[in-house]
Amino acid sequence: MKNKIYLSTLIIFLTFCFVIFYNGLNSSNIYTPKINTKQKVPIFEAKDFYSNKSINSEELFKEDIFYIVNIWASWCVPCRKEHKFLMELSKSENVKIIGLNYKDNLNNAKKFINELGNPYSKNLTDKNGFLSIEFGAYGVPETFIINKNKTIVKKFIGPINKKTLNQIMQIIK
Amino acid sequence: MLASQIGYYSLILGLILSFTLSFFATKDLTNPNQRIDQNIIVLSFLQLFFVVVSFLCLIFSFVNSDFSNETVFNNSHTTKPLFYKISGTWGNHEGSLLLWLLVLTLFIFLFIIKSNNQPKKYRTLTLLFQQIIIIGFFLFVLVTSNPFNYLFPVPNEGLGLNPILQDPALAIHPPILYLGYVGSSIIFSASLAAVIQNYINSEWAKHIKKWVLISWIFLSIGIMLGSIWAYYELGWGGFWFWDPVENVSLMPWLTLTALLHCILVLERRLLLTSWVVILSITSFTLSMCGTFLVRSGILNSVHTFANDPTRGIFILVFLFILIFLSLGIFFVFHKEKYKDNKNFFWLSKETSILLNNWFMMYFLSVVLIGTVYPIFLDVISSDKISVGPPFYHKLIIPFLAPFLIFMVFGSKLKWIKSEISNKNLLIIFFIISIIISFLVTKNFQVDLFLYTILIGTSLFLFFTTTVEFFNKKNILSQTIAHFGFSLFILSILLNSITSSEIATNMKVGERYNYEGGEIFFKKIEEKKEKNFNSIVGHFKITDNRGDILNLKPELRVYNQPIIITSEADIKTTLLKDNFLVMNTVKGNEYFNIRYQVKPFMLWIWISVLLISLGGMISFLRVKNEK
Amino acid sequence: MRILKTFLLVVLFINIANANTDIKDKNLNNKILKNIRCLVCQGQSVYDSESEFSSTIKLLVKKKINEGKSEKQIYEFLRKRYGDWVIFEPKLNKNTYILWILPLLLFLLGGAIIRKKFK
Repeated sequence: MKNKIYLSTLIIFLTFCFVIFYNGLNSSNIYTPKINTKQKVPIFEAKDFYSNKSINSEELFKEDIFYIVNIWASWCVPCRKEHKFLMELSKSENVKIIGLNYKDNLNNAKKFINELGNPYSKNLTDKNGFLSIEFGAYGVPETFIINKNKTIVKKFIGPINKKTLNQIMQIIK
Repeated sequence: MLASQIGYYSLILGLILSFTLSFFATKDLTNPNQRIDQNIIVLSFLQLFFVVVSFLCLIFSFVNSDFSNETVFNNSHTTKPLFYKISGTWGNHEGSLLLWLLVLTLFIFLFIIKSNNQPKKYRTLTLLFQQIIIIGFFLFVLVTSNPFNYLFPVPNEGLGLNPILQDPALAIHPPILYLGYVGSSIIFSASLAAVIQNYINSEWAKHIKKWVLISWIFLSIGIMLGSIWAYYELGWGGFWFWDPVENVSLMPWLTLTALLHCILVLERRLLLTSWVVILSITSFTLSMCGTFLVRSGILNSVHTFANDPTRGIFILVFLFILIFLSLGIFFVFHKEKYKDNKNFFWLSKETSILLNNWFMMYFLSVVLIGTVYPIFLDVISSDKISVGPPFYHKLIIPFLAPFLIFMVFGSKLKWIKSEISNKNLLIIFFIISIIISFLVTKNFQVDLFLYTILIGTSLFLFFTTTVEFFNKKNILSQTIAHFGFSLFILSILLNSITSSEIATNMKVGERYNYEGGEIFFKKIEEKKEKNFNSIVGHFKITDNRGDILNLKPELRVYNQPIIITSEADIKTTLLKDNFLVMNTVKGNEYFNIRYQVKPFMLWIWISVLLISLGGMISFLRVKNEK
Repeated sequence: MRILKTFLLVVLFINIANANTDIKDKNLNNKILKNIRCLVCQGQSVYDSESEFSSTIKLLVKKKINEGKSEKQIYEFLRKRYGDWVIFEPKLNKNTYILWILPLLLFLLGGAIIRKKFK
C-alpha cells in the first residue's frame, strides 16, 4: 500500500540520517586545512631577517635535504615553549630549519633569538603575514616539514612538543 | 552548598514524579470517569514546583558565588554585576537545560488546568507524551549535565562569564526563546494524543490554536532579541549571519507559521488533517534537532555551548526515539477523513494557505539543507565545505517576490470559494508600487531589476494591508501581522541598499573628511568599572548639513577571563542608526575606525513586534470567545 | 507541461538571483571579506573579525583587488591554500550539486503535490 512505501522510505532515510549524525559526532569539528599531498613548496620571494636582502624560494630550498619551515614571533607565548625542541632539531644533519618571523618587531625578534638560541639556518621576515598565507597557515606557531622532492608532507599547528618532535625525527631520518 | 543539595534532590524528586505521573495517567486512561484524576493535577503541580525550586537553587548559588558548585565556578565571578550573575544561571549548558525542564513542566501543568473542556483521554495522553519528553530531559540532566556537581576543594574565584554575554538583550533572550522553542513540545504531545483519539478536527484546532500562538509569539520575539544582541555586540552592524544556531531557531518558526495558517483552515473545515499533525511533530522535532546540533559539538559556530560528544549521543538517541515514536503513532492511528481533493476550489483562502505552506516548506528546506549538508558531506567524503549567507540569499530572495504577491491575494480571498473584489484597485496599487520602487532603486548601485521587483512587491503588500486597516470588516490580527511582515521585508531591503560605511585609521586629534561630512577624533578617556577597564574614544561627526553627532565607542579589557571587546556606540533614531566602532591597530597609536549609517534599522525590530502583536491579538480573541 | 513551465520560472529566478543578490555592499572589497571565513574564530567572517589572521587577509584582499584580480580569482587563491571551507559560498561542483538542487527539487515536488489536490 502507498502508506507502507512512504513509511519504509522514511524509516530508511531516518536511519541513514542517524548514522551520519552519529559518525559526525565522532569526527573533530576543529578544522585543519588538509595537506594536499601533492602540494609543493610555494614559490615566493622574501627578505632575509638579518641582511634585509631579497632571497627567493628556489635558493632557499636548493639543497637535497629535508627542510622545516617554522612560523614564529617574539610576541607569541607558545613559541617560547617550543623553541628548545627546535634547537634539538637543528642539531640534526638531515634537516635545515627556515624561520618565518611573523608580523614582528625586528628588535624584539632579535632579542628573542639572542635569548633562546638560533636554530634557523635562514630566517625570513613576514611583516604583513602574506608569506604565511602562501603556506596555508593561519596562526602562530605553525611548522611545516618539506621532503627532498620539495613537497610539504606534514604540518603542525601549535607548538612542537616532545611527541611531535619524535614524529619529526622519524620523518627526517 | 545547601542550595546545591536541595537543587539536586529536587531534580530527583521531579524525575520520580514523572514516573508517578505516567503511572497515574496510564491508570486513568482506563477509568471511564470523565473527570481527570485529581491526583494528576496535584502531581504535575508538584513536578513544576520541584523544578522551580531546583532552578531557584541554581540562581541562589550564582548570586552567592557559591564556587563549590561546578557550574557556578565555570561560569561566574565575584565581580559580575548582580543582574548578570542571575542571567548567568541560564547562559550555560547545564543551567539552560534546567530552563528546558522549567518550560516543559510549566506548559504541561498549564495545559492540564486550562483544558477542562477537552476530552479526558486526550488530556491524559498529552500528559503522557509530555512526560516522555520530560523524563528524557531529567535523565539527560542528571546523567550528563548536572548543574549541581560538587567541587572540592572549593575554589576562591570563578572562571567568569564571557563578557559579550553580559548584555540585557542576551540575558532575557534564552527565557523568551525557550518559551517558544520548548513550548512547541505541548503541540507535539497534544497532536500525538489527538491522533490516537481521532480528535483531529475543528474543535481540536480551536483548542490547540492558543498553544501554537503562544509558542509562535515567544519564538518570534526571542529570535528578534537574539538578533538585536548580535547587532549591538557582534561583528559590524550585522544582525543575521545564517549561523547554524540562528538557523536552528528559525526552522521551528517556519513550521509554526505554516502550522498556524493550517490551523486556521482546520478550524473551519475538515481539511489538511494529516499535514497539521506532520507540522506539529516537525516543529518540536526541529527544536530538539536544533538542541542536538548546537550542544553536541557537531557544528562549529559563533555561539555553541560546551562541546561534548557524549551529550551529543544522548540527545541524538533521544531525538530519534521521539521521531520514530511519533511516526509510529501517526502511521498506526491516523485516519484520513475524506479525500481532500473534492473540497478545494482553486480560488479560495484554503488555496492561499496551501501556497503559504508550500513556500514556507521550501524556505525550511533551504535552511535545513544548508545547515546540515556540511555534516553529511564531511562524514561521507571527508570534504569540508562552508555554507554561508550567499547560499541562503541566492535561494531565498528570488522566491520572496511571488510569496509577497500571494500574501496580498491570499488575505483577500474568502473561505471555500471566492472572487477577488476590487481587482482594479489591486492592479493600480501594484503598478504604483513598482513605479515607486523603480524610482527609489535607480538611485543606488544595485541590481535594478531584482530590487525593483522585491521592493515593489513588498510595497504592494504594504499598501494593501494599510488600506485594509480602514476596512471595518478586516481581521485585525491578520492585517497587523501581514502589515508587519511587509514592513519587515521593506526595512531590510531599504536598509541594505541605503547603508553606507567608512573605514579608516585615525590618531587622536585627527580629522577625516568623507563624502558626507567629517569625523573628528576628539580625545581618549580611560575609565574603570567593576570588572573591566575601558578606553573610550570621543568622536564628533559633522555631516554636510551641519548636524553634529557625538559618539563614544569603547574598548573594554575584562579581567576574568582576560578578554578585550569592542563596544560600538550606536545612536538610534526612527529614521536611521549611526554606528561607530573603533579598534586598535597593532603596535600603533592609530585606531581603526568604522562608521556606518544604517537607515531603517529600528523598523526591522518594530516590524517583528508588529507581527507578534498580530499573534497576540488573535490569542486574545480566542480567549474571549470562550 | 506545467511542470516544465514552473521549472523554467524557477531557473529564471535563480539566474536573477545570481545576477546580484549580494548588494549588501556596493564595495567589492567588503563583499569579498564577508565571504571569507575567519579560520581562528568560530563562524565569523573576516569582515566581522579582528583576529591577526583576518587583518592579514584584509590586507591581502586589498592588494589583490588593486592588482586587478577578480573576485573569483581571489577565492580560488584562498581555496587552494585553505580548502573550500574558507569561503562561505559553496562552489557548484560534484560535492555540492545536491546542496543547490535539492531545495529546488523539493519546491517542485511541493508544487506537484498541490496540483494533485485540484485534479
